[in-house]
Amino acid sequence: VTVTAAASSTTGEMTYLAAISDALRFEMARDPSVFCLGEDIGAFGGAFKVTDGFVEEFGADRCLDTPLAENAIIGAAVGAAIEGLKPVCEMQFADFISCGFDQLVNVAAKLHYRQGVAVPMVVRLPSGGGFSGGPFHSQNPEAWFLQAPGLKVVAPATAADAKGLLISAIRDPNPVCYLEHKGLYRHVKGEVPAGDYTVPLGEARVAREGGELTVVAYGSSVHLALHAAEELGEDIEVLDLRSLCPLDREGILASVRKTSKALVAHEATRACGVGAEVAALITEEAFEDLDAPVRRLTAPDVPIPFSPPLEQATLPQLEDMKEACRELLAY
Amino acid sequence: MSDASAVADRRARDAARAHLTREDRGSLFRYMVMMRASEERAVRLYKQGKIPGSFYDGRGQEAISVGASFVLGPRDRTCILHRDLGAHLVRGVTPDRYLANYMGRVDGVTGGKDGNLHFADRDLGSVAMVSMLPDMALVANGMALAFKLRGEPRVAMTFFGEGSTANGQWHEGMNFAGIHRLPVVFILENNRFAYSTPNELEFAVDPVERAHTYGFPGLNVDGNDVEAVFEAAREATERARAGDGPTLIECQTMRMHGHGAHDDMRYVPKEMVAEWEGRDPIDRYAERLVSDFGFSPSEVEQIRGEVGTYVDECAAKALESPMPEPQLAREGVFADRWEALGDGRAPWSRWSQYDVPTNGASRAAGNGEAT
Repeated sequence: VTVTAAASSTTGEMTYLAAISDALRFEMARDPSVFCLGEDIGAFGGAFKVTDGFVEEFGADRCLDTPLAENAIIGAAVGAAIEGLKPVCEMQFADFISCGFDQLVNVAAKLHYRQGVAVPMVVRLPSGGGFSGGPFHSQNPEAWFLQAPGLKVVAPATAADAKGLLISAIRDPNPVCYLEHKGLYRHVKGEVPAGDYTVPLGEARVAREGGELTVVAYGSSVHLALHAAEELGEDIEVLDLRSLCPLDREGILASVRKTSKALVAHEATRACGVGAEVAALITEEAFEDLDAPVRRLTAPDVPIPFSPPLEQATLPQLEDMKEACRELLAY
Repeated sequence: MSDASAVADRRARDAARAHLTREDRGSLFRYMVMMRASEERAVRLYKQGKIPGSFYDGRGQEAISVGASFVLGPRDRTCILHRDLGAHLVRGVTPDRYLANYMGRVDGVTGGKDGNLHFADRDLGSVAMVSMLPDMALVANGMALAFKLRGEPRVAMTFFGEGSTANGQWHEGMNFAGIHRLPVVFILENNRFAYSTPNELEFAVDPVERAHTYGFPGLNVDGNDVEAVFEAAREATERARAGDGPTLIECQTMRMHGHGAHDDMRYVPKEMVAEWEGRDPIDRYAERLVSDFGFSPSEVEQIRGEVGTYVDECAAKALESPMPEPQLAREGVFADRWEALGDGRAPWSRWSQYDVPTNGASRAAGNGEAT
């Protein structure tokens, strides 16, 4: 577990979105084998403008516009990765990985296990709701990947981690699913180390230190937890997982052993989600240290609806987070 | 076979004369016989209960994987499918490793991690197939994309059956290859059935007709004529290497065994099997070696005999291989580094005329030949 981001000689404040672009730019400039492919990422710069200007800077071959064919994108990335390139695929929305799922879970994930062939590739997945994207532009599909051994899964919450985890993901010799939360793109800003900056995969970060309750979170829920902790003024620790696979088991257990209470929070749906895995880990390994049952704050098991009041009713809100913390603190 | 494809086959045969030496022809024959002998040996092992799961072979389709892969240079890459043992043999996988793989032994190509023909030797320039079809066509595209982006005169070759062409990924793959004019060769084996489903329930238009709609040529060849397949693949790889894009080659053949050993083929008319037995690719080529290419009948028999002895030795070796230790099941999920694939063997005489840099080929040399 790292407590703070590593210091760097020069830093600058940028958005989470700009940090993702910065990471891609840095790696593409440093390593000619890195290239991007996806739908509308070239001349248009991507649906969220992550690759804006990349064609001018790196050429169309390294910021490749593809047809609407997610299996072709993932499959091409697998083959290119085997042959020594380092592809970064953009799913226009994380939801669309369902159309490329076969190549991801059956080909990419299993090749090293079956044949010893490493597949160094990244799949960028703009995920999350909160803007009336509806059932097909709002999902948080991370749990899908966690049932496919061979995939690494990361979900940054801060601008610095967005950069550091993406550079690490690109350099990792395995397929990495990189979940970038759309709600954080322009709302989260932070100091981001300039130049080469990596965050190791599999290390959680203590986002806020505390002694009475641990909120284990990632992605957008980290900010919800920090906000709730400040408003409540309580001694709450917020652990930002950053990586979902590999999972920082020791980091989770160390925090829970200190605070004796745990709330696991995520925007994704509840059943068999990351919260279920983390709760099971805590009860299996730290049961004797607990002073309260492990609780979860998640979306209910429904599709993400379109209309704002319906969507707000499914996504965990600040008041939900505060209430869940209050209940556990009082237990 | 249609008249049109018969004409194409004659033309291909004439052209192949210019590209194959006597020794090449002996090799083509030897690899086909090696595939058949290896699979026949595997059937026996299956019937003896030594192969877990089911058993799948490519009987009757030997000319396709052997003829097509024979054109490849060391640095070309392959995704080989489950009816295509011949391509593995040409590229340097030895029958003992194939048989050991089927038995789940530690010396199988995957060391027990996967069975069937779901293997490939990374040191011989090949990427292992998955059961979902035609997934590997999209992976071959990716390798070809890397060659194109780096300006390398290399080719990716992959195989799939006509059944695969019904899946949406096939369209994604063909379309992507056409858009980027990728140096990839698609070998389509029309063996008449997708498991039990006949051609007329698989497609309304023969899939080779679709090639031009993706912007590249489609050829129809006699898949039971090894030189016709060789020549079509040779032209396709030359085109790809020259930057002229992909080719789809439909090889007309017949799956002479069931989908798997558990399949009694009750859905196949008996006269259809009899008709295709008369077109057996190995028997046909044996006759041509004698009638057209100056081989004596005893030379042909000698090759058969040598291969038979070699495959028996390979089977004995495979049977000596132990089962894997259970802890292997938990190893190798993640990679700790990337390594380049090695190069495949390239037995076609064309390649010995060039000083081609290789890395994996030297390692595999000497243990892939029957003689």
